[in-house]
Amino acid sequence: MNRARRILLGAIAALLLKPWAALAAWNKEAFGAKSAPDALKSIGASNATPSKEIVIEAPEIAENGAVVPIEITSNLPGTRSIAVLVDNNPFPLVGKFDFLEGAVPFVKLNVKMGETSEVRVVAQAGGRSYVASREIKVTIGGCGG
Amino acid sequence: MAAGPMKIRATFAGGFTDIRVLMTHPMETGQRKDPDGKLVPMHFIQNLTVKLSGKTVVDGQISQGVSRNPVFSFRIKGGARGEKVEVAWLDNAGESSSIEAAIA
Repeated sequence: MNRARRILLGAIAALLLKPWAALAAWNKEAFGAKSAPDALKSIGASNATPSKEIVIEAPEIAENGAVVPIEITSNLPGTRSIAVLVDNNPFPLVGKFDFLEGAVPFVKLNVKMGETSEVRVVAQAGGRSYVASREIKVTIGGCGG
Repeated sequence: MAAGPMKIRATFAGGFTDIRVLMTHPMETGQRKDPDGKLVPMHFIQNLTVKLSGKTVVDGQISQGVSRNPVFSFRIKGGARGEKVEVAWLDNAGESSSIEAAIA
């Protein structure tokens, strides 16, 4: 297949697939919150119970705040979602992951941290919210670029 | 930097399928300045989904707080070698991309 034809077919396929038609929802209020308490309120987790069943694996000291690896596992039975917040970032809520049937409540991701901060993880299980947190020290911030 | 290709790896071991995915994306916060001192507009992935054989298993929403060129790992209970895993994303500019792989 020649190159022009391949590009044309690719373009047609892209138009036909449109995988996101009308399904994408993004919690503007929660992600736009400028403090961790406001973000927690927006995801209905203001009264989260501290839990040791949420395991956060992350470096104690992150040399580069632009890429801080965080691995999260919830051992709470029936965990439906996990949210990650970096308290001292301009917009603390970094992500929220909903786990449907078949998925393990586990996620590993890289986050940006502007400065040393408490990192909070909220898990929702059985209609209740649970929280765990730990401090990660940052030597070079990663938000100004 | 514009959004670019994705990479995915899905492997089955011990009853679980581990999925690792890389997305090429600038994840601009809107706070960074270009060499001329102008603010680079916000441009970041907002939604991502993980599907196993066409069925959504993880539905994620993320912010500009995720690092540039995001890498995620997810885990599925079960799965079978050869079964299809698909990961897709959508950003705040309406750009999207997806990739699929057979579980190895």
